[in-house]
Amino acid sequence: MKALASALGAGFLFGIGLWVSGMADPKKVLGFLDITGEWDASLMLVMGGAVAVTLVAFRFITRWGKPILVEKFELPTRKDIDLPIVAGAAIFGIGWGTAGYCPGPALTALATLSIESIVFVAAMVVGGLAQRAIFRG
Amino acid sequence: MHNFTPISALLGGALIGLASVWLLAANGRIAGVSTILHGIFSPPEAEWRAWFVSGLLLAGLAWQAAFVPLGAPLPLREGFPAGWAAFAGFAVGFGTRLGGGCTSGHGVCGLGRLSARSLVAVLVFMATGMLAAYVTRHLLGVAS
Repeated sequence: MKALASALGAGFLFGIGLWVSGMADPKKVLGFLDITGEWDASLMLVMGGAVAVTLVAFRFITRWGKPILVEKFELPTRKDIDLPIVAGAAIFGIGWGTAGYCPGPALTALATLSIESIVFVAAMVVGGLAQRAIFRG
Repeated sequence: MHNFTPISALLGGALIGLASVWLLAANGRIAGVSTILHGIFSPPEAEWRAWFVSGLLLAGLAWQAAFVPLGAPLPLREGFPAGWAAFAGFAVGFGTRLGGGCTSGHGVCGLGRLSARSLVAVLVFMATGMLAAYVTRHLLGVAS
């Protein structure tokens, strides 16, 4: 139960970060991705601010024997750069640059009940299920 | 760059980083939103993921309740076609599952772990994201 409450809290803080940074607004995201015209570099500072924190803190945390609330860390182990990661990232980018939403901002923007965020999130879930159906039987 | 908001960008980014540190320190997990979202549909690890996504939704509601009355703008835009939203959402869902992550998992967390795999993903989706924004806005005339 503590772990679930913790996941809720982390998701909440993550979402507040998206709103504070302006990334919950697809126009702001596209202001960065559209490099013609009035370019807005803010997204780069959002990523920079976030990575500055994880870069330092992750080094210490991963030296702990175990996390605070559960038995063990579950970290990605793959290091290879294969076709699926390049193709997948490319397809993700096409969707991101078209609408200005990546998964986190789209989910927290659902709270506005805008039609575009509802349609986007529904299609995102379908896209993920389609990928699983095709590649994992 | 009259839209440039460096202070709120850095502050919000730091909060996103802190949330990722929180999830790793307490729950031992990477805060990759695409993996968390799609994991809801494949038990047994669905429960904590549903709670994390609920936190994201609650943040949106709390922000509207607290700051919109004070004059903070809602991120609403007029006229973005639903068909393009569906196309983009499908591409994001499919691509993030094929590539194993998005801006949070490969970006915020992967770069923080100095993962070369994540760095490649970030460079690729930044490049195609910029290309797609140019093509849809300026060549196809989509109102985004």
